[in-house]
Amino acid sequence: MIPRSTYQRVLGWVGLLTVLVIVAFLVLPAAVVTIAAFNDKPILSFPPQTWSWRWFGRALAYEDFRQGFFNGLIVTAWSSTIALCVGGMFAFAIDRYKFPLKSAIEGILISPLVIPHFTVGLGFLILAAQVGLSRGFAVVVICHVILVLPFVLRSVYVSLRNLDQSYEHAAASLGAGPLRVLTTVTLPLLLPGLVSGWLFAAILSFNEFTASLFVTSQRTQTLPVAMYNYVREFADPSMAALSVMYIVGTAALIAFANAFLGLGKVLNIEQSH
Amino acid sequence: MNQQPFLRIFTAPATLCAVGFVAAMVAVLQYSLRAYVPGSLDPGGFTLANFADLLKPLYARVFLDTVVVCAMTAVVTLIVGYPLAYALVRVEQPILRSILLVIVVTPLFLGEVVRTYAWIIVLGNNGFINSLLMSLGLIGKPLQLMFTPFGVVVALVHVTLPVMVIMLAAGLSHIDRDYSRAAESLGAGPIRVFLTVTLPLSLPGVVAGTTTAFAWTFSAFATPQLIGGGRVNMISNLVYQLGFSSFNFPFAATLCVAGLALTALVLGLLQLASRPLRKIEVH
Repeated sequence: MIPRSTYQRVLGWVGLLTVLVIVAFLVLPAAVVTIAAFNDKPILSFPPQTWSWRWFGRALAYEDFRQGFFNGLIVTAWSSTIALCVGGMFAFAIDRYKFPLKSAIEGILISPLVIPHFTVGLGFLILAAQVGLSRGFAVVVICHVILVLPFVLRSVYVSLRNLDQSYEHAAASLGAGPLRVLTTVTLPLLLPGLVSGWLFAAILSFNEFTASLFVTSQRTQTLPVAMYNYVREFADPSMAALSVMYIVGTAALIAFANAFLGLGKVLNIEQSH
Repeated sequence: MNQQPFLRIFTAPATLCAVGFVAAMVAVLQYSLRAYVPGSLDPGGFTLANFADLLKPLYARVFLDTVVVCAMTAVVTLIVGYPLAYALVRVEQPILRSILLVIVVTPLFLGEVVRTYAWIIVLGNNGFINSLLMSLGLIGKPLQLMFTPFGVVVALVHVTLPVMVIMLAAGLSHIDRDYSRAAESLGAGPIRVFLTVTLPLSLPGVVAGTTTAFAWTFSAFATPQLIGGGRVNMISNLVYQLGFSSFNFPFAATLCVAGLALTALVLGLLQLASRPLRKIEVH
């Protein structure tokens, strides 16, 4: 019989190898895109014969990408902020209050998690046409608010659950009114949850594609829609260069969020001891 | 004293959002029951003909393909995601954990388009895999990976993997380690501990992850559109085509409604099948 320690060591190596292969699968596309972005030739080839930075310049100068980026910033700023206010207040109400239709409203606002984005997009496209709203930024922002609300609700709700209410009781017993307790005790304590909820909402909104494809027009198209249209028409590495910038930017944001907010806690995957 | 001081102010905006969303979904439902008037953006009168059209072989085929692709993606994602989730929860060093977490979470926020484009470069005829295999002399001419169900499923697994890992890890991290320690101290080997203690206790996370992976794949549009290239069609692609190529919004809406019913059915069955698991208390 094989001794137990050897057996466990072999098992450990097999496990490590499996995880490394899976991590390689996760990282592979990003790595390949990075190589492709530095290829000097306009046609894809591996490995690239000559290297250059020129596609980064092209991507930054391409008008549709620039327009999409700024449109995306407008939509993201509005939708994540509105979602934070609406979702933050409602999460507080769910946690503390009793009111009619509570679980019905909560269920409706959580449901975009399982309703396909193309259905949500089509719904708002038809609704906008029915109420005579033009295909401007308003439709896009409303659609994005609905799509990111579940994430904000969850993020704020989790921090509310972890909040020690005795601070609020102490403030109230010392004579602070409800508004004062809320602004000077509850809000500061909730700040990490609010920031992470807002950050989640902003990243998701900036990247949202399928529903945006339905509700945006040529004038309001966001960056992912512009990128999609580009991929369908052109094959040069500009898109690869833009993807690299996208990946680096997003990874930096996530690392930042992890360092300051603790992603494990936000995602609820901290090991319990 | 008022026990619920901000009730109205705090619930009004959310209620408004819920009403808006319900209105949008009712709009889809309403359109699904209207006749298509070719050449016009306005729908005709009320009819059930759209739902009868769903049974045409062309459309029934797309539904079948969609379910097969979703099911395959969900199962493969589960198999690939489990070891990673396990590692994420059990790794002790904080730095290694953080790196692993960022690698897992970043793709979640990259968006479908960037990831799909990356897979086009990996799978294409001049792409990374074919170039690598050809330069190694393993194949003479490029393998056809693009425009195949295989390529679509590989890319979709990559898209759903982060969310699966997060859900599995959430389940795994809330299992009390004392259970496995007790099994170990009673003489069970690592594989036995895993199969008889950890795996059964993590099943609620498995159900949650698989359900979400299925729903997400169902929602995918860019991946089947660009990697499937018309040869792998999912409901999402058909809805877009009908809407924006032939302006047949009523039938696009019908497909959405049927899609929702199908998702609800599959997710309901999954919930039902996992009912015995509710007995497992996870702290």
